[in-house]
Amino acid sequence: MHSSRATLLHYLGQHKVKLLTGILLVAGSSFVAVLPPLLIGRIVDALTTGANLDLIGRLALIMVALAAVENVLRGLGRLRILDSSRRIEYGVRNDLLAHLQTMHLAYFQHQRIGDLMARLTNDLQAVRQMIGFGILMLTNTLMTLLFTFVSMFGVNTKLALITLILTPISSYVFWTIGRRVNRRFEQLQSQFGDLSAKAQENFSGIRVVKAFSQEEDEIRAFAKVNRDYLNKAVDLAMVNGLLWPAMQFILGVALLTILYVGGQDAIEKQLTIGQLVQFVAYLQLISWPMIALGEVTNMIQQGAASLGRLQHIFEARPAITDPIDPVTTPIKGAVEFKGISFAYGQAVVLRDISFSVPAGGSLAIVGPTGSGKSTLVNLIPRLFDAQQGEITIDGIDVKRYPLPQLRRAVGYVPQETFLFSVPLRENVGFGRDTPLAESELEWAGDVSQLGKDVADFPARYDTMIGERGVTLSGGQKQRTAIARAVAKDPRILILDDALSAVDTYTEAEILKRLRGVMRERTSIVVAHRISTVKDADEILVLDDGVIAERGTHRDLLERNGLYAAMYRRQLLEEELEVDEEQSEHDKRVRTSTAPEQGAPPRARRIDEMPADQD
Amino acid sequence: MGGRGGGGGGHHGGGAGGFFQEDEILGKAYDATLTRRLVGYLAPYKLWVALAIVLLLVQSLAQIVPPIIAKEIVDQAVIPAVSGALARDDAFARLAVLGIVYLVVLAIGAAIRYGQTILTTWVGQKAMYDLRLELFRHLQFLPLGFFDRNPVGRLMTRITNDIDALTDMVTRGVVSIFGDIAMVVLISGAMLILDWRLALVTFISLPILIALTAYFRGIMRESFRAIRIRLARVNAFLNETLSGMAIVQLFTREKPVFDAFDTLNRDLLAANQGQVRAMSVFQPTVNFTRNATAALLFVVGANWVMDAQLSLGTLVAFWQLLQNFFQPILDLSEKYNIMQAAMASSERVFRLLDTHSTILDPQRPVELPHVRGEITFDNVSFAYNEGEWVLRDVNFKITAGESVAIVGATGAGKTSIISLISRFYDVQKGRILLDGVDIRDMRQADVRRHVGVVLQDPFIFAGTISSNIRLNEASISDEQVRAAAQFVNADKFIERLPQGYETVVTERGSTLSVGQKQLLAFARAIAFNPEILLVLDEATSSVDTETEHLIQDALAKLMVGRTSIIIAHRLSTIQNVDRIIVLHKGRVVEMGTHRDLLQQRGTYHRLYELQYRAHEAESPMKSA
Repeated sequence: MHSSRATLLHYLGQHKVKLLTGILLVAGSSFVAVLPPLLIGRIVDALTTGANLDLIGRLALIMVALAAVENVLRGLGRLRILDSSRRIEYGVRNDLLAHLQTMHLAYFQHQRIGDLMARLTNDLQAVRQMIGFGILMLTNTLMTLLFTFVSMFGVNTKLALITLILTPISSYVFWTIGRRVNRRFEQLQSQFGDLSAKAQENFSGIRVVKAFSQEEDEIRAFAKVNRDYLNKAVDLAMVNGLLWPAMQFILGVALLTILYVGGQDAIEKQLTIGQLVQFVAYLQLISWPMIALGEVTNMIQQGAASLGRLQHIFEARPAITDPIDPVTTPIKGAVEFKGISFAYGQAVVLRDISFSVPAGGSLAIVGPTGSGKSTLVNLIPRLFDAQQGEITIDGIDVKRYPLPQLRRAVGYVPQETFLFSVPLRENVGFGRDTPLAESELEWAGDVSQLGKDVADFPARYDTMIGERGVTLSGGQKQRTAIARAVAKDPRILILDDALSAVDTYTEAEILKRLRGVMRERTSIVVAHRISTVKDADEILVLDDGVIAERGTHRDLLERNGLYAAMYRRQLLEEELEVDEEQSEHDKRVRTSTAPEQGAPPRARRIDEMPADQD
Repeated sequence: MGGRGGGGGGHHGGGAGGFFQEDEILGKAYDATLTRRLVGYLAPYKLWVALAIVLLLVQSLAQIVPPIIAKEIVDQAVIPAVSGALARDDAFARLAVLGIVYLVVLAIGAAIRYGQTILTTWVGQKAMYDLRLELFRHLQFLPLGFFDRNPVGRLMTRITNDIDALTDMVTRGVVSIFGDIAMVVLISGAMLILDWRLALVTFISLPILIALTAYFRGIMRESFRAIRIRLARVNAFLNETLSGMAIVQLFTREKPVFDAFDTLNRDLLAANQGQVRAMSVFQPTVNFTRNATAALLFVVGANWVMDAQLSLGTLVAFWQLLQNFFQPILDLSEKYNIMQAAMASSERVFRLLDTHSTILDPQRPVELPHVRGEITFDNVSFAYNEGEWVLRDVNFKITAGESVAIVGATGAGKTSIISLISRFYDVQKGRILLDGVDIRDMRQADVRRHVGVVLQDPFIFAGTISSNIRLNEASISDEQVRAAAQFVNADKFIERLPQGYETVVTERGSTLSVGQKQLLAFARAIAFNPEILLVLDEATSSVDTETEHLIQDALAKLMVGRTSIIIAHRLSTIQNVDRIIVLHKGRVVEMGTHRDLLQQRGTYHRLYELQYRAHEAESPMKSA
């Protein structure tokens, strides 16, 4: 709580001149606003005592002038305060993003994106309202009440006292109702959650619903939560609906009291009619502040709770940071794992992994799903840090390189492709500080075999990606991600099962080109297909977090273990494919005698193996 | 990896609370067609709506009473008493009478206002309850293809946030606009009756007010529009960046991404500042107009009071009425916001309601009194997307009581066969017959009553174990639930649960293991006792050995005595069935018993080597 107050003061401090002048202006306008009732009283008195019209005209002119001053001050003050609140909102939003950008990946896996978005939207809005309308209303309310009561006591103590007693009562009534409103509103929100949950369950499980003809029953179940929601909404209206009638009633009683007591005093000639009207005017002036006091209290309470939640984000510390004594020698790309173990919480994913790849060498990793392959490669650019062991690049612990330098050296193609809603050109050039030259773009497109697809897009590389543009196929996305990594010109290239959605022919083409590109660089490839990994200098077979087998393709075949079994299974798969191609081929041969531009003889290529081709 | 956003860009629908709409429509605050259709939902409650309007008028009337009482107090009690025309005690008596009248009007006014608020809320909520239910009902009968195309998050936003925006419009927007108009009309009327000349003086402010409002409305519309568009952009960018944070960090793009965000954020700030400026000018200007009008009122009124053409009380009453006269105009922006949001929401909701199902029940459905369970695929071709055939010319006949396994590589079209028999989709060519009747000639519900389905990823509803077995079918007794569970070997794990069959399970069944969920899905299918059973049993990971045995045993029992079609991944299953159909790339390539097909040494033989034998060989190693 203390630190969130510090945060608040920090942001208020950035705009203190503007805010303070705004507060002064609003206070000034509240002061000016208290003067016209006096004039109105004088006019009425003048009318009852039969004074001249000149005086009334002059008083009316002063009223207009005061109104002008009041509203100019109020407009300026309001502008300064609300403008500051908008600037603070802007600043907090920027700072939140900047802070979140420093957070490690695991943080985003714990904090759901939806929750973070709720903080960044709803809570930020509540904080902004607390600052903007909160300060504005609080200043206006307190100052108006203060000046009005001072003026009231100057005219008639009895009437002033009556009004003074009514003020806290009405504020209290509205505060109490407001609290109840908030409570029932929360209940309504929770019922809204149930409604959403029911709809979500139904939409997600629509297959089962239809398969078991449960539509009518589901409608009945939904009607029930829907009705509960309706009831809760009416429950809320029961207290919420009290606010305005209660206000009307309390203010009415206040006015009645003034009129009745003041009327008696006027009849007794202890009060002039002008003073009576003046009091009515004062009451009108403070009627809104009397209510607003309760409302502003609720607003500040909600804002404080939201600020606390934002503070929570600010307080989270990144687990992966730059070293204190960074090493800045240029990275060549020799990667070594020394006894690395890694666990997500209690679940151990990697156990005592050691290997080394010389700069310019190639390493492949295979293994069943869940064996720890992705985790292993994630450790190199420090998306996670291992709990045990050391990873070095060129003999230096990865933790000693500045993060930007380390990550600049690594080209990474993740398992799940994530592209941004920007043109293709920008997606490919994402890792570069300057826009890609056309030749570089063409080159990256050729290596990744993306170029041949782009040729079919109307806007070529300027094609927009995402919902506002084209939807790419899984293979196109993966190839864009490869182009993005290659365009970065990295010393170390990591492909994490990045060819899974690419057809075998294209895969072979990409691998052929990558081999050329990677001659001088280190490559680490995670894959399921033997064809992807067979040419690597060393292949690791991971099983349940440990290296079960290692060696070259030929070594591993001779060993006749996991890798060899995998290889045999894939050969059979190939045969099935070839069968299909063969029958298609036969059909075509039957219908036409023209020479076929046969599909790439992938199976044969594998049959010719296991001779390494490097 | 962090690519939660899935593919090309991390846009989500507003599932998490509607931060932004991917198809945000920003248009008018009033659209006649949409409004007419919306008002249609109020038709069933027209008497209540009429009552609400009457109450609204009465309570508006009650609000103009206080200034008039004040007038009477000044004119009838105070002034005569001060001038000596009225005795002190008589003046006190008049004061008391007026006070009581005022108190009564006040109490009645407050009560009516309260009643009106609740009535309006109830009518609005009830009408929108109807609309929400209609939308839900409508969605229930849309074909599965619709759900394939529309993400759950988007549908959620329609049924939750969009309908709420409409409720807001009915209960707050429309009613308060009605109330405001009534208020302005009533105050004008009261003024005209009190003193028509002074009323005309007051109305001098009207052209100014109308001009001001017209001028600022244009500015406000543009600024609301700009704010909403820019806010949607800021939030979409944030969502995408947070979803793709791993990529941002891996490619060291923190700085440029931040700069791009700052640009959007700055744009939003500029739009917000524009609105703040406009409102900071608008409200004080209206306020000033009110104060200046009051001053004018006093100057002109004073003249007439001096000439005794006007009573002092009337002047005071005018001055008080003036305050309420201006209030509706000051609240304009809030209402504008509500109306604009509601129009966009109603357009989206109605568009959904106008999407019609392509899978319909026939006019005169064929009813089968007794289903034997014979299934025929007659030259069936099927595609999810036009031109991309998933099944081609598929022909086979499964006799009643026969058990058949469908095998094939991934993408061979196995799952589609199951979906088609349940008529989740309609075939493009050929027909599917149930006991010789085209399933399109039957009611969907009738077909599905006879066809039980066990899906690959068993869906668990929030509720208890037993409610997940019987679903909403009250006719399935507790004994039948238990018998079904026992039959499929699910009883053992259920009885070990803390509350047995009444144990509460959560959405997506996170408290149950995959194997347990599968057994539960078996029990569910068997409890409905279908003549035909379809089981989608493709490879699922991580089922422990004990549960695996239970599942295998359950599958064997399930197939006895009913037509069963199984997409099998377990060797034990394919060895037990009467016949195997081999699918390859959407075509039936082989058909026969396990032994026959193995001897053929064709596609099945390879598939067997690849999927089944290899699987059997691998599993002991896995469990080690």
